[in-house]
Amino acid sequence: MEPVVVQKVQEAINQRANQDVYIHLETTNGAYASHNDETFFSSGAYIRNALVRYELGKITGDGPYRVGLKIELGWVYAEGITHFEIDEQNRLLMAGHDFKGKLAVALEISNTPFE
Amino acid sequence: MEKERHVLVVFPHPDDEAFGVSGTIATHIKNGTPVTYACLTLGEMGRNMGNPPFTNRENLPKIRKKELQAAADLLGIQDLRMMGLRDKTVEFEDDDKMTDMISFMIQELNPSLIITFYPGYSVHPDHEATGAAVIRAVEKMPAESRPKLHCVAFSNNCVEELGEADIINNIAPVADIKISVIKAHRSQTEQMFADITEEDTKTNPRIMAWINNERFWTYKFK
Ligand SMILES: [Zn+2]
Repeated sequence: MEPVVVQKVQEAINQRANQDVYIHLETTNGAYASHNDETFFSSGAYIRNALVRYELGKITGDGPYRVGLKIELGWVYAEGITHFEIDEQNRLLMAGHDFKGKLAVALEISNTPFE
Repeated sequence: MEKERHVLVVFPHPDDEAFGVSGTIATHIKNGTPVTYACLTLGEMGRNMGNPPFTNRENLPKIRKKELQAAADLLGIQDLRMMGLRDKTVEFEDDDKMTDMISFMIQELNPSLIITFYPGYSVHPDHEATGAAVIRAVEKMPAESRPKLHCVAFSNNCVEELGEADIINNIAPVADIKISVIKAHRSQTEQMFADITEEDTKTNPRIMAWINNERFWTYKFK
């Protein structure tokens, strides 16, 4: 993955608009967060292969970035995006990594289901 | 370490075996005991991507699968089974299906020892669910034909509630294999090992004690 280049990510988001796409969205602070620090409130959420169609998608912010997709009846949203990649299957992979290189958030858009 | 007929190791993540159990596995294999390692997931949800990132969410499982195979090869495990579940979803699978999966392996392999996580004391939800499935499967067997159950526990309250581990295996003779196994899971362990030198593993008493002693709690059926 490489650091976000807003224009490239925005183009990739635009190319995938108005068609059926599969979404992977996750946010996490790790299963060990509360074990390592008992005062830490651990939380996360995850959805894989949600089939949606967005009419509008945007990347905003000064970095880390936010990405929002406006879908027919609602929204998909991720905050803390630092890196992106268009992989060999032409999927748009976006992720936010903390300073130690640990994944904190991921938003991925694919025309075919994720494995 | 007692000589076993067959050892079955059941963990949810590639690398779960590395720190606490790989020396024990290596010792059994050196004793000529067959070891089956059933690894339930490929650790798809691992968070170490590196800075700068060396991989991404979709490629991580491919890396971890290779690391798992390499670790098994270093240990000499002939029967490595990747069970095809997904990281962080084990606890949401059907409980009976999970129990059956373990029961079938026990029937097939007839192990004299099973190594897994101690449910309630192993922190990660996948660890808890894996240990619980193994316990349910063994509990269904008549008491006299049950294999021994050695469980790994590391929650903050484990010694307080379970007492000290009743099995402590000194694995010093195979420590070099263990260190190579830990390093084989490079995507997960490189950061942790960055501050530890080769020299430390042979001379630093705290690090040597950590590497050389593997602790297990024999499961107590209620
Ligand atoms: Zn684990």
